[in-house]
Amino acid sequence: MDLQIALLLGQDGITNGAIYALLSLALVLVFAVTRVIFIPQGEFVAFGALTLASFQAGKTPGTLWLLLGAGFVVAIVDLVVAWRRRKWRRVPAILGWNLVYPALMAGLILSIEPSKWPLLAQISLALALVVPLGPMMYRLAFQPLAEAPVLVLLIVSVAVHLVLVGLGLVFFGAEGSRAASFSDVSLDIGEFSITGQTLAVVLTSGVLIVVLYQFFGRSLYGKALRATAINRTGARLMGISTVMAGKLSFLLAAGIGALSGILIAPITTVYYDTGFLIGLKGFVGAIIGGLASYPVAAVGAVAVGLLESYSSFYASAFKEVIVFTLIIPMLLWRSLTTRHVEEES
Amino acid sequence: MTPRRVLALFLCLVALAPLVLSEFYVTLLNYIGLSALVALGLVLLTGVGGLTSFGQAAFVGLGAYTSAYLATVFALSPWLTLAAGMVVTAVVALLLGWMTLRLSGHYLPLGTIAWGISLYFLFGNLEFLGGHTGLGGIPVVSLLGFELKDGRDFYFLIWVVLLGAVWLTQNLLDSREGRAIRALKGGVLMAEAMGVDTARSKIVIFLIAALFASVSGWLYVHLQRFVNPTPFGLHIGIEYLFMAVVGGAASVWGAVVGAGVITVLKQWLQDLLPQLFGASGNFEVIVFGVLMVVVLQRAREGLWPMLSQWMPVHSSRRQVPIADFLNKQCSFGGSELILEVRDVTKRFGGLMANNQMSLSVRAGEVMALIGPNGAGKSTMFNCISGVDGPTSGDVFFRGVSIVGLDARRIARRGMSRTFQHVRLLPAMTVIENVAIGAHLRGHRGITASMLHLERAEENSLLAEAARQVERVGLKDFMFEAAGSLALGQQRLLEVARALASNPCLLLLDEPAAGLRYLEKQALAELLRRLRDDGMAILLVEHDMDFVMGLADRVVVMEFGEKIAEGLPEEVQRNPAVLQAYLGGVA
Repeated sequence: MDLQIALLLGQDGITNGAIYALLSLALVLVFAVTRVIFIPQGEFVAFGALTLASFQAGKTPGTLWLLLGAGFVVAIVDLVVAWRRRKWRRVPAILGWNLVYPALMAGLILSIEPSKWPLLAQISLALALVVPLGPMMYRLAFQPLAEAPVLVLLIVSVAVHLVLVGLGLVFFGAEGSRAASFSDVSLDIGEFSITGQTLAVVLTSGVLIVVLYQFFGRSLYGKALRATAINRTGARLMGISTVMAGKLSFLLAAGIGALSGILIAPITTVYYDTGFLIGLKGFVGAIIGGLASYPVAAVGAVAVGLLESYSSFYASAFKEVIVFTLIIPMLLWRSLTTRHVEEES
Repeated sequence: MTPRRVLALFLCLVALAPLVLSEFYVTLLNYIGLSALVALGLVLLTGVGGLTSFGQAAFVGLGAYTSAYLATVFALSPWLTLAAGMVVTAVVALLLGWMTLRLSGHYLPLGTIAWGISLYFLFGNLEFLGGHTGLGGIPVVSLLGFELKDGRDFYFLIWVVLLGAVWLTQNLLDSREGRAIRALKGGVLMAEAMGVDTARSKIVIFLIAALFASVSGWLYVHLQRFVNPTPFGLHIGIEYLFMAVVGGAASVWGAVVGAGVITVLKQWLQDLLPQLFGASGNFEVIVFGVLMVVVLQRAREGLWPMLSQWMPVHSSRRQVPIADFLNKQCSFGGSELILEVRDVTKRFGGLMANNQMSLSVRAGEVMALIGPNGAGKSTMFNCISGVDGPTSGDVFFRGVSIVGLDARRIARRGMSRTFQHVRLLPAMTVIENVAIGAHLRGHRGITASMLHLERAEENSLLAEAARQVERVGLKDFMFEAAGSLALGQQRLLEVARALASNPCLLLLDEPAAGLRYLEKQALAELLRRLRDDGMAILLVEHDMDFVMGLADRVVVMEFGEKIAEGLPEEVQRNPAVLQAYLGGVA
């Protein structure tokens, strides 16, 4: 391996690592607030990428149907609850978010041609389609189990992952897609060039990490999420709704996931099931952070990206074997250094 | 109909099925049997032991590939390769188990996902295993000179193996080792204090589950006579877990029900959904996922408990066996010094929970440790029983220092305890809970338990447990679920469990709390008799009437320090004690 290749691999690794870092932050966030190990994270990555690619290809993205369907089911569930508890005041909000909003999106997308829109508008539209699926998923799958043990939540999480992979196949088909590159700019330093896409990925990740940091440190909602993460009962007694906290954390995670997908869409061909392995690598980062520390998780994720990149050079067939086998010593180290309190079932 | 007849009817149906059913249904039953064997391992591992694994498909793959490789390349007999596959699986499982079973809580399932993926990619990338295309031409299994060539012949082999595994698992769960395994879910601290090696129990069930999966893999390759990596991926591993959960992970029959439901559903959906969506693909996962979420939200115990309501299959034993007495662990003589605590200090950060505490207990003596709330009594108990070691100082038990030993080793030396916050296994019967206390008085291992060769010892253990249950006055509740008892009765159950180990020293943490007046008197009477037999008893208690009427000597603690020691009457007159309890001499 010469220096050029080493640098190229490094660039690859850092690009992927930045994505894994974003995902690991979302995973830490969701776990801390809801105790859900968020396996379906990868599906948001795939949905974000595939939605953008659909727009550019002039197709109607399958996520639109998913949003309409999920909204419909949530509306029914929530209306039944509202009817049982005689809380009529909630009805307008339920209808607005779950039926009217998806219908408006459908009207917008079907009446205009998103392929002719500028890139930024396409990205916003993709996010507007994918992100609301996060809170809807929380409502349907996790909210009824909010007090269940972590292991039950994990199995549900895996189940939801399967449902989304299957739906991804239904709505996007088995072929992969790739989006157009954000920019053709490249930065040349001597013989080595950094692509514009790499810069976009790394910069976006950096900005997003700072924004999240500010959100958790400064804003009231950020503090509410932190409070819920530290002590659910205590937060509740202070008037913080755990349902709100759960939905908000899923909203953020879905947003981060979809944005990550949009960032990688021009770099790699994304299939309906690509997200899972990407999400799991974000996991390795999150686990290095003990599912608790944001900065350590981010550093760990970048390390995973680099490791993957270099091992694809030395033993490309065994890339996944190497990356996933390395989780085990990491897990071992983590579980030896954290004191485990027996969970009463 | 008795449970025995239901089982007999089921076995008849299983035996007759291939004679009347078409090829298609026999094949389906074969796959149900293969999956049920893996799901059975998960019932033991996840449903009973509380350890979630998404990676069982990888063990199926190990058994399958080992046999496929050895049988094709070296032309070994499939029976030899079965053994080889089990050895390979056992080695890998022990290695993975050694690493991942230390993982606490949710880290373990994440670990199983990791090695599940890792092994899958390994199968697909190793040249000598045929890569992603796989290996073909795997020889048939012959049994007593008869070649099992088609699915109908193989059917019997699969179902005999499965039913055998069900029998072994059920036997194991109904034994001393089985109680230790059942304690893994929510009772680790208690089980360790009763002398159970919980780390070993975890490894054992992990190994058994892996071996069941490996045998299923062996059956699979010799039925298919072809192997590639697809059936050993993570998604199949997840499917096995779904089978166990949907069927009912707490029961061995749940595995069979779950495997049946999921396999039939999969077959049906794989025909239906591609037509519906107009494309091919694994659309059935959508339905499985939704089914799983609904099951966990609405019926977390799975389908089997619902089914078994309609069948007379509840066969809980209602008879206490008559059996030989167990050997005594401790024999008492004179007033030998049993426990000596010397200058024990325990710090939690800046908080001094115990400061230079000393006390001693002799055989045939009741020593009471009293003091206001937060005085450090329970911390003292934890230092003595090895739940949490002291920061400095020494604890001698029967003349030997036990500082640094864990709770299990201390229990082995003849100390037993109850907990301030009751720790028992609510779903198990009273007698079974108490029998956990007698764990150290039995010796027969896993193999004997699986084959039920340890019935004599098991009967002695249960008879001993029953004696202790009677002794504390819970005879009428012998076969009730422990969780259904009132709090005071649960405390008595803890006393019985501690007594079942035949200890030299009994540590009781607030045994009289929540007891009614007559129950308290009965408990005091029992403790007096135990003392007269020569047992040493150390108790923490707030009920002064109970303490003063029972204790031979009293130690009073306040703010982690000893402020008084002596006979009950002396202590009651001690100005420092009056100061601590009443805030000054009246």
